[in-house]
Amino acid sequence: MALIAFYILSTIVVLSALFVVAARNPVHSVLWLILAFFTSAGLLVLIGAEFLAMLLVVVYVGAVAVLFLFVVMMLDIDFAELKQGFQNYLVVGVLVALALLAEIGIVAAAATFGGGTTFNANPGAATNAEALSRVLYTDYLLLFQMSGIVLLVAMIGAIVLTLRARPTVKRQNIAQQTGRKRKDAVELKDVRPGQGI
Amino acid sequence: MENLFQWGGGMWGGIGLAVLQIVTFVVILLVLIAFLLLFDRKVWAAVQLRKGPNVVGPFGLLQSFADLIKFVLKEVIIPAGANKTVFLLAPVITLTLALVGWAVIPVAPGWVISNLNVGVLYLFAVSSLGVYGIIMGGWASNSKYPFLGGLRSAAQMVSYEVSIGFVIVTVLLLVGSLNLSDVVENQAGGIWNWHAFAFPTIFVMFPMFVIFFISALAETNRPPFDLPEAESELVAGYQVEYSSSPYLMFMIGEYVSIVLMCSMLTILFFGGWHMPLPIPGVDGLPEWLLSLGGLLVFIVKTTFFFFLFAMVKAIVPRYRYDQLMRLGWKIFLPTSLVAVVIVSAYVTFQNASGRQEFDRLDADSSGYLEAPELAAVILPSGVDTDNDGKVSLAEYRDRARS
Repeated sequence: MALIAFYILSTIVVLSALFVVAARNPVHSVLWLILAFFTSAGLLVLIGAEFLAMLLVVVYVGAVAVLFLFVVMMLDIDFAELKQGFQNYLVVGVLVALALLAEIGIVAAAATFGGGTTFNANPGAATNAEALSRVLYTDYLLLFQMSGIVLLVAMIGAIVLTLRARPTVKRQNIAQQTGRKRKDAVELKDVRPGQGI
Repeated sequence: MENLFQWGGGMWGGIGLAVLQIVTFVVILLVLIAFLLLFDRKVWAAVQLRKGPNVVGPFGLLQSFADLIKFVLKEVIIPAGANKTVFLLAPVITLTLALVGWAVIPVAPGWVISNLNVGVLYLFAVSSLGVYGIIMGGWASNSKYPFLGGLRSAAQMVSYEVSIGFVIVTVLLLVGSLNLSDVVENQAGGIWNWHAFAFPTIFVMFPMFVIFFISALAETNRPPFDLPEAESELVAGYQVEYSSSPYLMFMIGEYVSIVLMCSMLTILFFGGWHMPLPIPGVDGLPEWLLSLGGLLVFIVKTTFFFFLFAMVKAIVPRYRYDQLMRLGWKIFLPTSLVAVVIVSAYVTFQNASGRQEFDRLDADSSGYLEAPELAAVILPSGVDTDNDGKVSLAEYRDRARS
Protein backbone atom coordinates (compact mmCIF):
# COMPACT_ATOMS: atom_id res chain seq x y z
CA MET A 1 0.00 0.00 0.00
CA ALA A 2 2.78 2.39 0.95
CA LEU A 3 4.53 1.50 -2.30
CA ILE A 4 1.44 2.29 -4.40
CA ALA A 5 1.01 5.56 -2.54
CA PHE A 6 4.69 6.36 -3.07
CA TYR A 7 4.47 5.85 -6.82
CA ILE A 8 1.28 7.86 -7.14
CA LEU A 9 2.66 10.75 -5.08
CA SER A 10 6.07 10.80 -6.74
CA THR A 11 4.46 10.76 -10.20
CA ILE A 12 2.42 13.80 -9.19
CA VAL A 13 5.52 15.54 -7.81
CA VAL A 14 7.54 14.95 -10.99
CA LEU A 15 4.69 15.95 -13.29
CA SER A 16 3.86 19.11 -11.37
CA ALA A 17 7.55 20.03 -11.24
CA LEU A 18 7.59 19.63 -15.01
CA PHE A 19 4.55 21.89 -15.37
CA VAL A 20 6.18 24.53 -13.14
CA VAL A 21 8.70 24.98 -15.94
CA ALA A 22 6.39 24.29 -18.85
CA ALA A 23 3.39 26.42 -17.89
CA ARG A 24 3.09 29.58 -19.99
CA ASN A 25 1.31 31.57 -17.33
CA PRO A 26 3.53 32.39 -14.30
CA VAL A 27 0.55 32.16 -11.95
CA HIS A 28 -0.09 28.62 -13.19
CA SER A 29 3.60 27.88 -12.57
CA VAL A 30 3.27 28.93 -8.94
CA LEU A 31 0.09 26.87 -8.56
CA TRP A 32 1.93 23.80 -9.91
CA LEU A 33 4.79 24.57 -7.53
CA ILE A 34 2.32 24.57 -4.64
CA LEU A 35 1.01 21.19 -5.75
CA ALA A 36 4.60 19.90 -5.87
CA PHE A 37 5.28 21.16 -2.32
CA PHE A 38 2.06 19.70 -1.03
CA THR A 39 2.67 16.30 -2.59
CA SER A 40 6.24 16.23 -1.26
CA ALA A 41 4.72 16.68 2.19
CA GLY A 42 2.72 13.53 1.45
CA LEU A 43 5.98 11.71 0.61
CA LEU A 44 7.45 12.84 3.93
CA VAL A 45 4.42 11.43 5.76
CA LEU A 46 5.00 8.11 3.97
CA ILE A 47 8.50 7.76 5.45
CA GLY A 48 7.20 8.64 8.91
CA ALA A 49 8.51 12.21 9.09
CA GLU A 50 5.09 13.68 9.84
CA PHE A 51 6.45 16.70 11.71
CA LEU A 52 8.66 17.69 8.77
CA ALA A 53 5.71 17.21 6.42
CA MET A 54 3.53 19.57 8.45
CA LEU A 55 6.35 22.12 8.64
CA LEU A 56 6.76 21.94 4.87
CA VAL A 57 3.06 22.67 4.41
CA VAL A 58 2.94 25.44 7.03
CA VAL A 59 6.12 27.23 5.98
CA TYR A 60 6.39 26.68 2.24
CA VAL A 61 2.81 26.23 1.12
CA GLY A 62 1.14 28.35 3.78
CA ALA A 63 3.53 31.30 3.79
CA VAL A 64 6.30 31.34 1.17
CA ALA A 65 4.19 30.25 -1.80
CA VAL A 66 1.40 32.67 -0.83
CA LEU A 67 3.89 35.52 -1.10
CA PHE A 68 5.16 34.11 -4.42
CA LEU A 69 1.62 34.04 -5.73
CA PHE A 70 0.99 37.50 -4.30
CA VAL A 71 3.97 38.94 -6.20
CA VAL A 72 3.47 37.00 -9.43
CA MET A 73 -0.21 37.99 -9.67
CA MET A 74 0.70 41.65 -9.52
CA LEU A 75 3.32 41.38 -12.26
CA ASP A 76 2.42 42.74 -15.64
CA ILE A 77 4.41 40.47 -17.94
CA ASP A 78 4.71 40.58 -21.68
CA PHE A 79 5.10 36.92 -22.57
CA ALA A 80 6.38 37.51 -26.10
CA GLU A 81 9.21 39.64 -24.76
CA LEU A 82 9.97 37.10 -22.07
CA LYS A 83 10.36 34.30 -24.60
CA GLN A 84 12.70 36.27 -26.91
CA GLY A 85 16.09 35.56 -25.37
CA PHE A 86 15.27 31.91 -24.78
CA GLN A 87 17.51 30.44 -27.48
CA ASN A 88 20.57 32.46 -26.39
CA TYR A 89 20.51 30.75 -23.01
CA LEU A 90 19.61 27.32 -24.34
CA VAL A 91 23.16 25.93 -24.19
CA VAL A 92 23.79 27.10 -20.62
CA GLY A 93 20.38 25.83 -19.58
CA VAL A 94 20.98 22.40 -21.06
CA LEU A 95 24.40 22.20 -19.36
CA VAL A 96 22.93 23.03 -15.94
CA ALA A 97 20.10 20.55 -16.47
CA LEU A 98 22.60 17.82 -17.44
CA ALA A 99 24.71 18.54 -14.36
CA LEU A 100 21.62 18.25 -12.15
CA LEU A 101 20.58 15.01 -13.86
CA ALA A 102 24.07 13.55 -13.39
CA GLU A 103 24.06 14.47 -9.70
CA ILE A 104 20.69 12.82 -9.16
CA GLY A 105 21.94 9.75 -11.04
CA ILE A 106 25.09 9.51 -8.89
CA VAL A 107 23.08 9.79 -5.67
CA ALA A 108 20.54 7.22 -6.85
CA ALA A 109 23.31 4.82 -7.96
CA ALA A 110 25.18 5.23 -4.67
CA ALA A 111 22.02 4.61 -2.68
CA THR A 112 21.02 1.56 -4.74
CA PHE A 113 24.34 -0.21 -5.22
CA GLY A 114 26.28 1.08 -2.24
CA GLY A 115 24.48 -1.16 0.23
CA GLY A 116 21.83 1.47 0.91
CA THR A 117 20.56 2.59 4.29
CA THR A 118 17.04 2.23 5.59
CA PHE A 119 15.66 5.57 6.66
CA ASN A 120 14.60 6.02 10.27
CA ALA A 121 12.44 9.09 10.73
CA ASN A 122 12.43 9.05 14.52
CA PRO A 123 15.61 7.56 15.96
CA GLY A 124 15.49 7.06 19.71
CA ALA A 125 12.10 8.70 20.26
CA ALA A 126 8.40 7.98 19.96
CA THR A 127 7.57 10.64 17.38
CA ASN A 128 9.34 12.54 14.65
CA ALA A 129 8.78 15.86 16.44
CA GLU A 130 10.45 14.53 19.60
CA ALA A 131 13.40 13.04 17.71
CA LEU A 132 14.02 16.30 15.85
CA SER A 133 13.75 18.49 18.92
CA ARG A 134 16.09 16.22 20.89
CA VAL A 135 18.78 16.85 18.31
CA LEU A 136 17.98 20.51 17.65
CA TYR A 137 17.89 21.59 21.28
CA THR A 138 20.93 19.63 22.45
CA ASP A 139 23.75 18.92 19.96
CA TYR A 140 22.88 21.65 17.48
CA LEU A 141 21.51 24.24 19.89
CA LEU A 142 24.10 26.87 19.01
CA LEU A 143 23.65 26.45 15.25
CA PHE A 144 19.87 26.43 15.65
CA GLN A 145 19.85 29.66 17.62
CA MET A 146 22.39 31.24 15.30
CA SER A 147 20.29 30.51 12.23
CA GLY A 148 17.35 32.10 14.02
CA ILE A 149 19.40 35.24 14.66
CA VAL A 150 20.58 35.31 11.03
CA LEU A 151 16.93 35.23 9.90
CA LEU A 152 16.06 38.00 12.36
CA VAL A 153 18.92 40.16 11.07
CA ALA A 154 17.79 39.56 7.48
CA MET A 155 14.24 40.55 8.41
CA ILE A 156 15.29 43.72 10.21
CA GLY A 157 17.65 44.53 7.32
CA ALA A 158 14.80 44.28 4.83
CA ILE A 159 12.67 46.57 6.97
CA VAL A 160 15.46 49.11 7.40
CA LEU A 161 16.17 49.15 3.66
CA THR A 162 12.58 49.76 2.66
CA LEU A 163 11.44 52.03 5.48
CA ARG A 164 11.53 55.64 4.39
CA ALA A 165 10.35 58.33 6.73
CA ARG A 166 8.45 60.74 4.51
CA PRO A 167 7.19 63.72 6.47
CA THR A 168 4.76 64.70 3.71
CA VAL A 169 2.73 61.50 4.00
CA LYS A 170 -0.34 61.81 6.18
CA ARG A 171 -0.64 59.04 8.75
CA GLN A 172 -3.37 58.12 11.15
CA ASN A 173 -2.66 58.10 14.84
CA ILE A 174 -4.82 55.34 16.28
CA ALA A 175 -4.40 56.44 19.91
CA GLN A 176 -5.52 59.93 18.95
CA GLN A 177 -8.47 58.54 17.00
CA THR A 178 -9.72 56.25 19.74
CA GLY A 179 -9.05 58.85 22.41
CA ARG A 180 -11.47 61.27 20.74
CA LYS A 181 -14.36 62.23 23.00
CA ARG A 182 -17.87 63.26 22.07
CA LYS A 183 -17.39 66.85 23.21
CA ASP A 184 -14.38 67.25 20.85
CA ALA A 185 -16.45 66.40 17.82
CA VAL A 186 -20.07 67.30 18.43
CA GLU A 187 -21.38 70.66 19.41
CA LEU A 188 -25.04 71.37 20.05
CA LYS A 189 -26.32 74.69 18.74
CA ASP A 190 -29.65 76.15 19.54
CA VAL A 191 -30.73 77.45 16.16
CA ARG A 192 -33.67 79.80 15.97
CA PRO A 193 -35.95 79.26 12.96
CA GLY A 194 -35.23 81.60 10.08
CA GLN A 195 -31.94 82.97 11.49
CA GLY A 196 -29.22 80.42 10.67
CA ILE A 197 -26.13 79.82 12.78
CA MET B 1 -14.70 5.26 15.95
CA GLU B 2 -11.00 4.58 15.75
CA ASN B 3 -11.29 0.89 16.56
CA LEU B 4 -13.83 0.43 13.76
CA PHE B 5 -10.85 0.08 11.45
CA GLN B 6 -10.17 -3.36 12.86
CA TRP B 7 -13.62 -4.71 11.97
CA GLY B 8 -13.27 -4.86 8.22
CA GLY B 9 -10.98 -7.65 7.09
CA GLY B 10 -7.72 -6.64 5.41
CA MET B 11 -6.68 -3.46 3.71
CA TRP B 12 -9.72 -2.86 1.45
CA GLY B 13 -12.15 -3.46 4.30
CA GLY B 14 -10.24 -0.85 6.31
CA ILE B 15 -10.36 1.62 3.45
CA GLY B 16 -14.08 0.98 2.92
CA LEU B 17 -14.82 1.60 6.58
CA ALA B 18 -12.68 4.73 6.60
CA VAL B 19 -14.59 6.06 3.59
CA LEU B 20 -17.89 5.19 5.30
CA GLN B 21 -16.80 7.06 8.45
CA ILE B 22 -15.73 10.10 6.46
CA VAL B 23 -18.96 10.22 4.46
CA THR B 24 -21.07 9.89 7.61
CA PHE B 25 -19.06 12.57 9.37
CA VAL B 26 -19.25 15.01 6.45
CA VAL B 27 -22.99 14.51 5.93
CA ILE B 28 -23.78 15.06 9.62
CA LEU B 29 -21.43 18.06 9.71
CA LEU B 30 -23.01 19.67 6.64
CA VAL B 31 -26.56 19.15 7.94
CA LEU B 32 -25.56 20.68 11.28
CA ILE B 33 -23.98 23.58 9.45
CA ALA B 34 -27.18 24.14 7.44
CA PHE B 35 -28.96 24.76 10.75
CA LEU B 36 -26.07 26.80 12.17
CA LEU B 37 -26.31 29.03 9.09
CA LEU B 38 -29.97 29.67 9.89
CA PHE B 39 -29.02 30.23 13.55
CA ASP B 40 -26.45 32.81 12.42
CA ARG B 41 -29.08 34.68 10.42
CA LYS B 42 -31.62 34.46 13.23
CA VAL B 43 -29.15 35.90 15.77
CA TRP B 44 -28.28 38.67 13.37
CA ALA B 45 -31.96 39.40 12.80
CA ALA B 46 -32.75 39.36 16.52
CA VAL B 47 -30.03 41.93 17.22
CA GLN B 48 -31.54 44.17 14.53
CA LEU B 49 -35.08 43.58 15.88
CA ARG B 50 -36.12 41.67 12.74
CA LYS B 51 -37.67 38.23 12.51
CA GLY B 52 -35.17 36.67 10.15
CA PRO B 53 -36.04 33.85 7.75
CA ASN B 54 -39.37 32.41 8.91
CA VAL B 55 -41.21 31.25 5.80
CA VAL B 56 -39.77 27.91 4.69
CA GLY B 57 -40.71 25.20 7.17
CA PRO B 58 -41.61 25.75 10.85
CA PHE B 59 -39.75 28.84 12.17
CA GLY B 60 -37.89 28.94 8.83
CA LEU B 61 -35.96 25.78 9.77
CA LEU B 62 -35.70 24.61 6.17
CA GLN B 63 -34.47 27.96 4.84
CA SER B 64 -30.90 26.70 4.28
CA PHE B 65 -32.14 23.75 2.24
CA ALA B 66 -34.32 26.02 0.12
CA ASP B 67 -31.25 28.21 -0.45
CA LEU B 68 -29.25 25.14 -1.41
CA ILE B 69 -31.77 24.15 -4.06
CA LYS B 70 -31.90 27.71 -5.34
CA PHE B 71 -28.12 27.93 -5.66
CA VAL B 72 -27.77 24.57 -7.35
CA LEU B 73 -30.52 25.22 -9.90
CA LYS B 74 -29.23 28.62 -11.01
CA GLU B 75 -27.03 29.07 -14.04
CA VAL B 76 -23.27 29.13 -13.54
CA ILE B 77 -21.95 32.33 -15.06
CA ILE B 78 -18.27 32.43 -15.90
CA PRO B 79 -16.88 35.81 -16.99
CA ALA B 80 -15.50 35.84 -20.54
CA GLY B 81 -12.04 37.06 -19.48
CA ALA B 82 -11.77 34.66 -16.56
CA ASN B 83 -9.16 31.96 -16.26
CA LYS B 84 -11.73 29.19 -16.39
CA THR B 85 -9.84 26.33 -14.73
CA VAL B 86 -8.54 28.34 -11.80
CA PHE B 87 -11.90 30.12 -11.52
CA LEU B 88 -13.73 26.84 -10.95
CA LEU B 89 -10.89 25.27 -8.96
CA ALA B 90 -10.90 28.03 -6.31
CA PRO B 91 -14.27 27.28 -4.63
CA VAL B 92 -13.57 23.53 -4.76
CA ILE B 93 -10.24 24.10 -2.97
CA THR B 94 -11.88 26.31 -0.34
CA LEU B 95 -14.53 23.71 0.45
CA THR B 96 -12.11 20.76 0.42
CA LEU B 97 -9.58 22.45 2.68
CA ALA B 98 -12.31 23.47 5.10
CA LEU B 99 -13.55 19.88 5.28
CA VAL B 100 -10.19 18.06 5.56
CA GLY B 101 -9.39 19.96 8.74
CA TRP B 102 -12.14 18.00 10.50
CA ALA B 103 -10.21 14.75 10.05
CA VAL B 104 -8.25 15.27 13.26
CA ILE B 105 -10.96 16.85 15.43
CA PRO B 106 -11.81 14.53 18.34
CA VAL B 107 -15.54 15.13 18.85
CA ALA B 108 -15.96 12.61 21.68
CA PRO B 109 -13.67 10.22 23.59
CA GLY B 110 -12.11 8.06 20.86
CA TRP B 111 -14.35 9.47 18.13
CA VAL B 112 -11.86 10.89 15.68
CA ILE B 113 -11.33 9.94 12.05
CA SER B 114 -7.54 10.17 12.23
CA ASN B 115 -5.80 10.34 15.60
CA LEU B 116 -2.67 12.02 14.22
CA ASN B 117 0.31 12.56 16.50
CA VAL B 118 0.79 15.99 14.96
CA GLY B 119 -2.93 16.83 14.93
CA VAL B 120 -2.51 20.44 16.02
CA LEU B 121 0.13 21.11 13.40
CA TYR B 122 -2.07 19.47 10.77
CA LEU B 123 -4.95 21.79 11.67
CA PHE B 124 -2.62 24.78 11.57
CA ALA B 125 -1.28 23.69 8.18
CA VAL B 126 -4.74 23.17 6.71
CA SER B 127 -6.09 26.47 8.02
CA SER B 128 -3.07 28.25 6.56
CA LEU B 129 -3.94 26.80 3.15
CA GLY B 130 -7.43 28.30 3.25
CA VAL B 131 -6.08 31.51 1.74
CA TYR B 132 -5.48 29.81 -1.63
CA GLY B 133 -9.15 29.43 -2.52
CA ILE B 134 -9.72 33.13 -1.99
CA ILE B 135 -6.57 34.41 -3.68
CA MET B 136 -7.09 32.09 -6.68
CA GLY B 137 -10.75 33.10 -6.98
CA GLY B 138 -9.77 36.75 -6.80
CA TRP B 139 -7.14 36.45 -9.49
CA ALA B 140 -9.01 34.15 -11.87
CA SER B 141 -12.05 36.45 -12.00
CA ASN B 142 -9.91 38.89 -14.01
CA SER B 143 -11.66 41.87 -12.52
CA LYS B 144 -10.56 44.72 -10.26
CA TYR B 145 -12.74 44.23 -7.18
CA PRO B 146 -12.15 40.49 -6.78
CA PHE B 147 -8.44 41.00 -7.30
CA LEU B 148 -8.23 43.64 -4.58
CA GLY B 149 -10.26 41.36 -2.33
CA GLY B 150 -7.90 38.46 -2.98
CA LEU B 151 -4.81 40.55 -2.24
CA ARG B 152 -6.33 41.90 0.96
CA SER B 153 -7.24 38.46 2.15
CA ALA B 154 -3.77 37.08 1.39
CA ALA B 155 -2.15 39.75 3.55
CA GLN B 156 -4.78 39.47 6.27
CA MET B 157 -4.79 35.70 6.64
CA VAL B 158 -0.99 35.41 6.59
CA SER B 159 -0.77 38.10 9.30
CA TYR B 160 -3.22 36.51 11.70
CA GLU B 161 -1.85 33.02 11.19
CA VAL B 162 1.29 34.14 13.02
CA SER B 163 -0.51 35.00 16.24
CA ILE B 164 -2.71 31.90 15.96
CA GLY B 165 0.48 29.84 15.71
CA PHE B 166 1.95 31.37 18.86
CA VAL B 167 -1.28 30.93 20.82
CA ILE B 168 -1.35 27.26 19.80
CA VAL B 169 2.27 26.95 20.98
CA THR B 170 1.31 28.16 24.47
CA VAL B 171 -1.35 25.45 24.70
CA LEU B 172 1.03 22.79 23.40
CA LEU B 173 3.64 23.77 25.99
CA LEU B 174 1.10 23.19 28.75
CA VAL B 175 0.01 19.85 27.31
CA GLY B 176 3.40 18.54 26.20
CA SER B 177 1.91 16.78 23.16
CA LEU B 178 0.82 17.65 19.62
CA ASN B 179 -2.07 15.19 19.71
CA LEU B 180 -5.50 16.82 19.98
CA SER B 181 -6.94 13.99 22.09
CA ASP B 182 -4.09 14.56 24.57
CA VAL B 183 -4.93 18.27 24.57
CA VAL B 184 -8.50 17.44 25.57
CA GLU B 185 -7.51 14.81 28.13
CA ASN B 186 -5.17 17.34 29.74
CA GLN B 187 -8.26 19.37 30.67
CA ALA B 188 -10.21 16.52 32.28
CA GLY B 189 -11.78 16.86 35.72
CA GLY B 190 -13.71 20.10 35.60
CA ILE B 191 -13.83 23.72 34.56
CA TRP B 192 -10.87 24.58 36.82
CA ASN B 193 -8.67 22.36 34.64
CA TRP B 194 -9.69 23.92 31.31
CA HIS B 195 -6.80 25.79 29.74
CA ALA B 196 -8.66 29.08 29.69
CA PHE B 197 -9.39 28.90 33.43
CA ALA B 198 -6.71 26.67 35.04
CA PHE B 199 -5.45 28.55 38.05
CA PRO B 200 -1.95 29.94 37.81
CA THR B 201 -1.96 30.06 34.02
CA ILE B 202 -5.34 31.82 33.72
CA PHE B 203 -3.60 35.21 33.69
CA VAL B 204 -1.81 34.25 30.49
CA MET B 205 -4.15 31.70 28.94
CA PHE B 206 -7.39 33.66 29.17
CA PRO B 207 -5.91 36.58 27.20
CA MET B 208 -4.51 33.99 24.80
CA PHE B 209 -8.01 32.60 24.37
CA VAL B 210 -9.28 36.09 23.54
CA ILE B 211 -6.46 36.60 21.03
CA PHE B 212 -7.22 33.24 19.44
CA PHE B 213 -10.89 34.14 19.16
CA ILE B 214 -10.21 37.47 17.49
CA SER B 215 -7.56 35.94 15.19
CA ALA B 216 -10.04 33.22 14.27
CA LEU B 217 -12.48 35.94 13.19
CA ALA B 218 -9.77 37.43 10.96
CA GLU B 219 -8.63 34.05 9.66
CA THR B 220 -12.15 33.12 8.55
CA ASN B 221 -12.89 36.58 7.08
CA ARG B 222 -15.76 37.13 9.47
CA PRO B 223 -16.96 40.59 10.45
CA PRO B 224 -15.45 42.83 11.80
CA PHE B 225 -12.54 41.61 9.66
CA ASP B 226 -14.44 40.80 6.45
CA LEU B 227 -12.34 43.21 4.40
CA PRO B 228 -11.81 40.74 1.52
CA GLU B 229 -15.54 41.02 0.84
CA ALA B 230 -16.31 44.45 2.25
CA GLU B 231 -19.44 45.44 0.37
CA SER B 232 -19.05 49.18 0.93
CA GLU B 233 -15.59 49.18 -0.67
CA LEU B 234 -15.24 46.12 -2.93
CA VAL B 235 -18.88 45.20 -3.78
CA ALA B 236 -18.36 41.59 -2.62
CA GLY B 237 -14.59 41.24 -2.89
CA TYR B 238 -13.32 37.97 -4.26
CA GLN B 239 -16.89 36.64 -4.66
CA VAL B 240 -18.11 39.33 -7.08
CA GLU B 241 -18.00 37.18 -10.22
CA TYR B 242 -19.22 33.98 -8.58
CA SER B 243 -22.75 32.72 -8.93
CA SER B 244 -24.79 29.60 -8.32
CA SER B 245 -22.94 26.42 -7.19
CA PRO B 246 -19.38 27.86 -7.15
CA TYR B 247 -20.61 30.66 -4.90
CA LEU B 248 -22.41 28.08 -2.75
CA MET B 249 -19.14 26.19 -2.35
CA PHE B 250 -17.36 29.34 -1.21
CA MET B 251 -20.11 30.01 1.29
CA ILE B 252 -20.27 26.48 2.69
CA GLY B 253 -16.46 26.38 2.86
CA GLU B 254 -16.47 29.63 4.81
CA TYR B 255 -19.01 28.33 7.32
CA VAL B 256 -17.28 24.94 7.65
CA SER B 257 -14.03 26.69 8.54
CA ILE B 258 -15.82 28.98 10.98
CA VAL B 259 -17.26 25.98 12.80
CA LEU B 260 -13.82 24.34 12.62
CA MET B 261 -12.37 27.38 14.37
CA CYS B 262 -15.14 27.19 17.00
CA SER B 263 -14.31 23.53 17.64
CA MET B 264 -10.61 24.43 17.90
CA LEU B 265 -11.49 26.99 20.56
CA THR B 266 -13.44 24.28 22.37
CA ILE B 267 -10.60 21.77 22.17
CA LEU B 268 -7.69 24.08 22.95
CA PHE B 269 -9.23 26.18 25.73
CA PHE B 270 -12.62 24.87 26.84
CA GLY B 271 -12.03 21.22 27.64
CA GLY B 272 -13.39 19.59 24.47
CA TRP B 273 -15.95 16.94 25.36
CA HIS B 274 -15.50 17.29 29.15
CA MET B 275 -18.33 18.53 31.36
CA PRO B 276 -17.66 21.73 33.34
CA LEU B 277 -18.24 19.83 36.59
CA PRO B 278 -17.40 16.17 37.22
CA ILE B 279 -20.59 14.10 37.59
CA PRO B 280 -20.34 11.39 40.26
CA GLY B 281 -21.16 7.84 39.16
CA VAL B 282 -20.86 8.62 35.47
CA ASP B 283 -18.03 6.12 34.99
CA GLY B 284 -20.42 3.20 35.49
CA LEU B 285 -22.33 4.00 32.29
CA PRO B 286 -21.60 2.06 29.07
CA GLU B 287 -18.86 3.48 26.89
CA TRP B 288 -21.07 4.38 23.89
CA LEU B 289 -23.35 6.42 26.15
CA LEU B 290 -20.36 8.32 27.55
CA SER B 291 -19.11 9.01 24.03
CA LEU B 292 -22.55 10.21 22.95
CA GLY B 293 -22.75 12.48 26.00
CA GLY B 294 -19.26 13.78 25.20
CA LEU B 295 -20.34 14.50 21.62
CA LEU B 296 -23.35 16.44 22.92
CA VAL B 297 -21.16 18.52 25.26
CA PHE B 298 -18.76 19.19 22.40
CA ILE B 299 -21.58 20.32 20.10
CA VAL B 300 -23.03 22.60 22.78
CA LYS B 301 -19.66 24.26 23.41
CA THR B 302 -18.96 24.66 19.69
CA THR B 303 -22.42 26.16 19.16
CA PHE B 304 -21.75 28.59 22.00
CA PHE B 305 -18.65 29.86 20.22
CA PHE B 306 -20.59 30.04 16.97
CA PHE B 307 -23.13 32.19 18.81
CA LEU B 308 -20.28 34.49 19.87
CA PHE B 309 -19.15 34.68 16.22
CA ALA B 310 -22.70 35.58 15.19
CA MET B 311 -23.00 38.23 17.90
CA VAL B 312 -19.70 39.81 16.89
CA LYS B 313 -20.95 39.95 13.31
CA ALA B 314 -24.13 41.67 14.43
CA ILE B 315 -22.61 44.14 16.88
CA VAL B 316 -19.09 45.19 15.86
CA PRO B 317 -18.50 47.63 12.98
CA ARG B 318 -15.93 46.73 10.32
CA TYR B 319 -12.25 47.51 10.90
CA ARG B 320 -10.30 49.75 8.61
CA TYR B 321 -7.48 47.94 6.80
CA ASP B 322 -4.60 49.74 8.57
CA GLN B 323 -6.25 49.11 11.94
CA LEU B 324 -6.51 45.43 11.08
CA MET B 325 -2.83 45.18 10.20
CA ARG B 326 -1.82 47.18 13.25
CA LEU B 327 -3.84 44.90 15.54
CA GLY B 328 -2.29 41.77 14.05
CA TRP B 329 1.34 42.77 13.85
CA LYS B 330 1.79 45.39 16.57
CA ILE B 331 -0.48 44.06 19.31
CA PHE B 332 -1.28 40.36 18.91
CA LEU B 333 2.13 39.22 17.69
CA PRO B 334 4.20 40.77 20.55
CA THR B 335 1.61 39.80 23.17
CA SER B 336 1.45 36.17 22.11
CA LEU B 337 5.25 36.02 21.77
CA VAL B 338 5.64 37.24 25.37
CA ALA B 339 3.01 34.70 26.42
CA VAL B 340 5.02 31.88 24.83
CA VAL B 341 8.05 32.95 26.87
CA ILE B 342 6.04 33.17 30.10
CA VAL B 343 4.33 29.82 29.60
CA SER B 344 7.56 28.03 28.69
CA ALA B 345 9.22 29.51 31.79
CA TYR B 346 6.26 28.33 33.87
CA VAL B 347 6.36 24.84 32.40
CA THR B 348 10.13 24.58 32.88
CA PHE B 349 10.32 25.86 36.43
CA GLN B 350 7.05 24.45 37.80
CA ASN B 351 7.22 21.23 35.81
CA ALA B 352 3.53 21.84 35.22
CA SER B 353 3.18 19.65 32.22
CA GLY B 354 4.57 16.47 33.73
CA ARG B 355 3.62 14.64 30.59
CA GLN B 356 7.12 13.66 29.50
CA GLU B 357 8.07 12.63 33.00
CA PHE B 358 4.91 10.56 33.25
CA ASP B 359 5.62 8.89 29.90
CA ARG B 360 9.14 8.06 31.00
CA LEU B 361 7.84 6.44 34.20
CA ASP B 362 5.04 4.68 32.31
CA ALA B 363 7.34 2.07 30.83
CA ASP B 364 4.62 -0.06 29.20
CA SER B 365 2.77 3.00 27.77
CA SER B 366 -0.50 1.85 29.35
CA GLY B 367 -1.52 5.38 30.35
CA TYR B 368 -1.34 4.40 34.02
CA LEU B 369 1.42 3.88 36.55
CA GLU B 370 0.85 0.38 37.94
CA ALA B 371 2.60 -1.81 40.49
CA PRO B 372 6.04 -2.43 38.90
CA GLU B 373 6.37 1.15 37.64
CA LEU B 374 5.28 2.68 40.95
CA ALA B 375 8.35 1.20 42.65
CA ALA B 376 10.57 3.52 40.58
CA VAL B 377 8.98 6.72 41.83
CA ILE B 378 8.24 8.24 45.22
CA LEU B 379 4.71 9.63 45.36
CA PRO B 380 2.67 11.08 48.23
CA SER B 381 0.31 8.58 49.86
CA GLY B 382 -2.99 10.14 48.74
CA VAL B 383 -2.04 10.48 45.07
CA ASP B 384 -4.37 7.68 43.91
CA THR B 385 -7.55 9.71 44.46
CA ASP B 386 -9.94 7.17 42.92
CA ASN B 387 -8.29 4.21 44.71
CA ASP B 388 -8.00 1.96 41.64
CA GLY B 389 -4.45 0.94 42.48
CA LYS B 390 -2.92 2.82 39.56
CA VAL B 391 -1.98 6.45 38.95
CA SER B 392 -3.32 8.24 35.88
CA LEU B 393 -1.76 11.31 34.27
CA ALA B 394 -4.31 13.64 35.89
CA GLU B 395 -3.60 12.14 39.31
CA TYR B 396 0.13 12.37 38.67
CA ARG B 397 -0.21 16.06 37.88
CA ASP B 398 -2.18 16.63 41.07
CA ARG B 399 0.43 14.85 43.20
CA ALA B 400 1.55 18.08 44.86
CA ARG B 401 -2.01 18.92 45.90
CA SER B 402 -2.99 15.54 47.35
